[in-house]
Amino acid sequence: MFSEIAQYFRTEALPHIWCPGCGIGTVTAAFVRAIKNLQLDQNKVVVVSGIGCSSRMTGYLDFNTLHTTHGRALAFATGLKLARPELDVFVVMGDGDSSAIGGNHLIHAARRNIDITALVINNSIYGMTGGQCSPLTPHDKRATTSPYGNLDRPFDLLDLARAAGATYGARATAYHNQLLTKLLVNAYNNPGFSIVEAISQCPVSYGRRNKFKTPADMVLWQKEHAVTRGELGGEDFLIGDIFKAQAPEFVAGYGKLRERLRGGSADG
Amino acid sequence: MQGNEACAEGALMAGARFFAGYPITPSSEIAELMAEKLPLAGGSFIQMEDEIASMAAVIGASLAGVKALTATSGPGFSLKQENLGYAAATEIPCVVVNVMRGGPSTGLPTSPAQADVMQARWGTHGDHPVIVLSPYSVQECFELAVKSFNFAEEFRVPVILLMDEVIGHLRERVELPDAVEVVDRKKPVVPPDKYYPYENDASMVPAMANFGDGYRHHVTGLIHDITGLPSGKPAVTEKLLGRLNHKLDRYLDRITLYEEVAVEDAELVVFAYGCTARSALEAVNAARGSGLKVGLFRPKTIWPFPVEQLEKLSGKTFLVPEMNCGQLVGEVERVVGRRQVHRLNRFDGELITPDEILLKIQEVMSGVQ
Ligand SMILES: Cc1ncc(C[n+]2csc(CCOP(=O)(O)OP(=O)(O)O)c2C)c(N)n1
Repeated sequence: MFSEIAQYFRTEALPHIWCPGCGIGTVTAAFVRAIKNLQLDQNKVVVVSGIGCSSRMTGYLDFNTLHTTHGRALAFATGLKLARPELDVFVVMGDGDSSAIGGNHLIHAARRNIDITALVINNSIYGMTGGQCSPLTPHDKRATTSPYGNLDRPFDLLDLARAAGATYGARATAYHNQLLTKLLVNAYNNPGFSIVEAISQCPVSYGRRNKFKTPADMVLWQKEHAVTRGELGGEDFLIGDIFKAQAPEFVAGYGKLRERLRGGSADG
Repeated sequence: MQGNEACAEGALMAGARFFAGYPITPSSEIAELMAEKLPLAGGSFIQMEDEIASMAAVIGASLAGVKALTATSGPGFSLKQENLGYAAATEIPCVVVNVMRGGPSTGLPTSPAQADVMQARWGTHGDHPVIVLSPYSVQECFELAVKSFNFAEEFRVPVILLMDEVIGHLRERVELPDAVEVVDRKKPVVPPDKYYPYENDASMVPAMANFGDGYRHHVTGLIHDITGLPSGKPAVTEKLLGRLNHKLDRYLDRITLYEEVAVEDAELVVFAYGCTARSALEAVNAARGSGLKVGLFRPKTIWPFPVEQLEKLSGKTFLVPEMNCGQLVGEVERVVGRRQVHRLNRFDGELITPDEILLKIQEVMSGVQ
């Protein structure tokens, strides 16, 4: 029910820009429910986003919201978190935003293990610019810039983040949106860099070109191909907690350095 | 003390408590000093993965309420442009130090130049306000670093401290004051439910709430209305861009910093800034010594360009020595007329010497008389 989470929305900013059948709205609701379940102070929550359909989410949310430049959201968020560690910093990005133009910022945020929760909405395509392929478009799938099928192989973003040093990674889908909320709670509770990939549907720019007749077909595809364990067939992918690790967190480490140098005092 | 050091000291005294950067010659000393001093001062230093990220982190920190800067040089300055535009559009105070070196591209990494004068003004896309200050001595690196922060905070614009390799690495005696005048951004005085983050008042500079202080609001690089939310309406666009691009107008008297030497009766005025102004001053003094009526106009604020000040001198002949192929000279021509202006350019990575300027002065003056 929207009324349960309405307090977290800028209702004056609605209606939203997303197309009928788009999964971003579902993911947004799952994200907001996580913040509600965590009972975070709305005034201390910061949501930073890049550029793209997914990143337009920040405009609709009643937190401290920062809609930045394409790919750079994590870098803005890094400055914010380091300057003011008591803020709860979330970052929302699209698949192109986080893995192409922002790929370098993603691996370095992971390397620093900075206490930020990143939500990547993976709709397999550049939605906002009209359906060009992204580094997460599956091999052979069609996009306006891969009209004969995508020759590239996609990243596994969670593998990438884990290798770069992130300490929590998880995946859910727009269909598995209750799971998504739970995973986002886990991600927030991890004191380090956490990444949650939400597989979502873009019927207009991806589905139409790839033999999905309706948005519902895409959601059913998510249901059928998401698996929690065991062998992965053709288009299957894992959902749930994917990895957890422990490592020093950057902002806390900097705070300790400051204390050590200043002999315990902590003003300014 | 070195120019880069003086710049770091000025930033600290002005209240900077955050630095994000990426190493590049000849600016790296500023980052190194900040890495050492900021944690001691209760601030934070972070070496980012590139200059794009550094600029982003600086803006993030400023939005959290902490005065922030980055320092770079030519190639890095090019990478700052994307988010410099963002800072200008969203009116987030920040300071970018660019210790200029020879370009284009990797160019001459360790040689001086004044190659980024136009990039500092027009490097990012779209019409936007910006303030650019250019020191000519180590003492002035300190003073203008303080000014940079004060201007950024008061007017909510990115301020670029445009140094050059000579000034950055120059060692001179400086006098550091115990304290300086420090300006802080205007905070909202209304309760959060009455706060419009981009509301225009007589000052043209809206009050700025920090993230986390209870004034939840939206910040976007899209054209936005007074609530901060995106809008594509022509009237909103015109209003925002109109205000942004005119908000400095009423403060030009205070923003435009310059020095004039013997211009009153001068027939020829040398217009010079940064390290070139040091040679120019020497040349002007020598010319005066030999009876030539020559003066110096030295802008410390190069953007906004000192139009009114130069208009007062129009009718005189101008000589503009620059360590580039001719950049700011175009602005001088625009104000005083093309026929009145002579150029002296050097772009081989070497300084323009006082003798070269003196020779040119003599050559021009023989034509004038
Ligand atoms: C520097 C820059 N390059 C390109 C663009 C154009 N652009 C806007 S959104 C976008 C891609 C969006 O795709 P994605 O990140 O997957 O998000 P989605 O729209 O699918 O949610 C691009 C390329 C831009 N705004 N800025």
